[in-house]
Amino acid sequence: MNTVSDRLKRTGSLEKNPRLSQWLRLERDATVSVFSGKVEIGQGILTALAQIVAEELSIAPERVRMFAADTSLSPNEGVTSGSLSIQDSGAALRRACAHARALLLERAAKRLGVSVADLRVKDGTVRGAGRSTTYWECADKALFDCEVEEASPKSPRDYRIVGKPAPRSDLPDKIAGRPRYIQDMVLPGMLHGRVVRPPQSFVGLVSLDDTKARSITGVVAIVRDGGFVGVLAEREEAAISAQRALRNAASWKAAAPLPRDIHAWLREHSIDHGVISEKVDAQAKSKEVRTLTASYSKPYLSHASIGPSCALAQFEGDRLAVWSHSQGIFNLRHDLAKALDMPEKAIVVRHAEGAGCYGHNGADDVALDAALLARAAGSRPVRVQWMRDDEFCWSPCGPAMALDLRASLDAQGNVIAWQHDLWSNGHSSRPGRSDQPALLASWHLSEPHERPPAINMPLPAGAADRNAVPLYDFPNQRVVNHYVREMPVRTSALRSLGAYANVFAIESFMDELAQAANADPVAFRLRHLGDSRARAVIEAAARRASWSGWVPNEGRGHGIGFAKYKNLGAYCAAVAEVEVGHEVRVNRLILAVDVGLVINPDGVRNQIEGGAIQSTSWTLKEQLKLGEHGVASLGWEDYPILKFSDVPAVEIELINRPELSSVGAGEAAQGPTAAAIANAVENALGVRVRDLPLTPERIVAAIEAQ
Amino acid sequence: MGERFKLTVNGVQTETEASGDTPLLYALRNDLALKGTRFGCGSGQCGACFVLIDGHAAPACDTPLWSAAGKSITTVEGLGPSGALHPLQEAFLAEQAAQCGFCTSGILISAAALLANNPRPTETEVRAALDRNLCRCGSHNRVVRAVLRAAAQAHT
Repeated sequence: MNTVSDRLKRTGSLEKNPRLSQWLRLERDATVSVFSGKVEIGQGILTALAQIVAEELSIAPERVRMFAADTSLSPNEGVTSGSLSIQDSGAALRRACAHARALLLERAAKRLGVSVADLRVKDGTVRGAGRSTTYWECADKALFDCEVEEASPKSPRDYRIVGKPAPRSDLPDKIAGRPRYIQDMVLPGMLHGRVVRPPQSFVGLVSLDDTKARSITGVVAIVRDGGFVGVLAEREEAAISAQRALRNAASWKAAAPLPRDIHAWLREHSIDHGVISEKVDAQAKSKEVRTLTASYSKPYLSHASIGPSCALAQFEGDRLAVWSHSQGIFNLRHDLAKALDMPEKAIVVRHAEGAGCYGHNGADDVALDAALLARAAGSRPVRVQWMRDDEFCWSPCGPAMALDLRASLDAQGNVIAWQHDLWSNGHSSRPGRSDQPALLASWHLSEPHERPPAINMPLPAGAADRNAVPLYDFPNQRVVNHYVREMPVRTSALRSLGAYANVFAIESFMDELAQAANADPVAFRLRHLGDSRARAVIEAAARRASWSGWVPNEGRGHGIGFAKYKNLGAYCAAVAEVEVGHEVRVNRLILAVDVGLVINPDGVRNQIEGGAIQSTSWTLKEQLKLGEHGVASLGWEDYPILKFSDVPAVEIELINRPELSSVGAGEAAQGPTAAAIANAVENALGVRVRDLPLTPERIVAAIEAQ
Repeated sequence: MGERFKLTVNGVQTETEASGDTPLLYALRNDLALKGTRFGCGSGQCGACFVLIDGHAAPACDTPLWSAAGKSITTVEGLGPSGALHPLQEAFLAEQAAQCGFCTSGILISAAALLANNPRPTETEVRAALDRNLCRCGSHNRVVRAVLRAAAQAHT
């Protein structure tokens, strides 16, 4: 068949980007250029994708050149999010490379006068009948100018590159301190820009005295459009001084005050009550002998990237070029076009690496800031970097959530009915998903756009309700997602979305039920779980942690947490060992993970360990402070995170399943780690803390309430 | 108005013209094109901009030019002998001790200051020495292993 087969069409990102030339190009210097729409955000994706390409083409990884995503030359693969890059881009590239290899071998066979079956390939050199040629000799420009067709990828049994640890291709620059980040980019004639925003939500700019700012040497322009105020300067420190001067000389009309108790407010303001799972078994229900209820909560969290967001922009006539560390450059282009009232085709967005983002932070917003200031800079390029307080106050944060759980046990201590209600804002307000631009500055212009609400993506992946449906086999089950549209604090995607809080609540409650049933937490989970991969990670984590050999000791405890991320992705079980003195100290985390076929084992370990440590930080320390009108965490002193001395030892057991499709690893550890820690704290103290984070104040309050 | 400041950066004497209260960070990044020193917070709380000033790890974002003048400044680019990596950087590569890497330069500086004063630190001492550096990706344990590896290799 000469067209893309249906099966192939459904493979990763091929459906929207079916042409082979969109993915691969052979270069004259005996390298292969690879175009992925996914972007490097410190997770090592470009290294893993290069492994897949090198494997399928049988070339050395050094010959693979991964191009940064660019709207003018890359396939549109949406957003680099949801732990989907290996599934989307990896699967597409594997298919594209399998086809490319078949085309190249066909050419080589003709050239060498032998059949394809008699050819052997090593590092792009093709041998047969005692003669040899190379991919680069065989190919011409038109060879890949076709749709990707069905061709057999290699069998995992023959893998030599995939499945082996590969060093990250971007780390040599980053460790040597060579310019690599967007923050390091310099364009000829570049101006430095800053945007002036108050540390609170506002509905308008009342007055602005720019006398002092104008007097600062090197200030080139002060740009004002409604409530959007920015400054351009020749030197960066001048732009920062002018930003401060303008902030001190501006008067803003504050927005309505924030609710005092955000969790109570969420419960009162839901507008939609989606029943996302319902199972009824009246006979089983009739056996209930005991019912438990519990309420849990999670605060607003900051992405808290170490490097504040940055972008560069430059106009050339009516065309605009933007450099951004956005996770979705095509979606950003879509919203920039709307905000700037320009045709999309007049804008090119190029990805440049930034600091780790962990979801939707200020990356997209600062790109519009830079574009608006560039519009006032003629043809000079403009670099805008947010300051630390800009990032804390103005980037979207991970939503606060409230959760109620209720379950019934039968006389044998089995869960026979389960109910989970959650209240939350939407978990995505990313660009490209609404008629209105989802970009901060566009809401403050003299002709403002309306701020689109944060929304939830549909199940099974879900968003606020991600992982709200338990993987356990309960005969009666009801899960309700109470959606809150009104948004006192701007929210969007933070690593694992609702899964963090849902898994924390489900897995905490499973321990409460196990206790009521007088059962061991590991055994209790296993007896409600039929999924063999789920059982395997729980058993592996428990074994590695010597769960059953645990010796109770004053102030020490251990706990377990489990989830299959999104109920679609990676299986992960975590065991935490804690020590509780005046605060909680996590001594050791043991995680077992199944991501199907492992591409880069060291990459998976790095992501799981990083996720577990970040989740430990969220769980023990993090909550955005709110003031009367907005976020009151302006710097790290108001938003403490885990420090080197606080970080637990982390051990990871990787279960490789070469026969199964790969799924992403980036977010799998967030929920299970939180639950494992909370359960370990309960195990240590005999007191359950149901409100995150597990601070000393919360623990004291829980002890006093007992 | 701008004044002229004499700086010794990575062993090279240079002059930069800027206002005296300009943070050293901007002179390094924008005048001397040494981009390895990162802006993180602007108030010395995260460690991303650490440089060695007369051998001590200090935040370049919080060090005005007037106070840096005349002192010996080492940035991440100058840690190793000219053109080569410092043993700490080699160890970071060997351990793949980073994810996004944005905090790495500052951590390398803190680690270099530690090893200069305490060539055989314990793990606890390494962690304590790095407590002024924030890492958000969770690469801490790899970083600690890398510092201990560099310390061990210096003694083989």
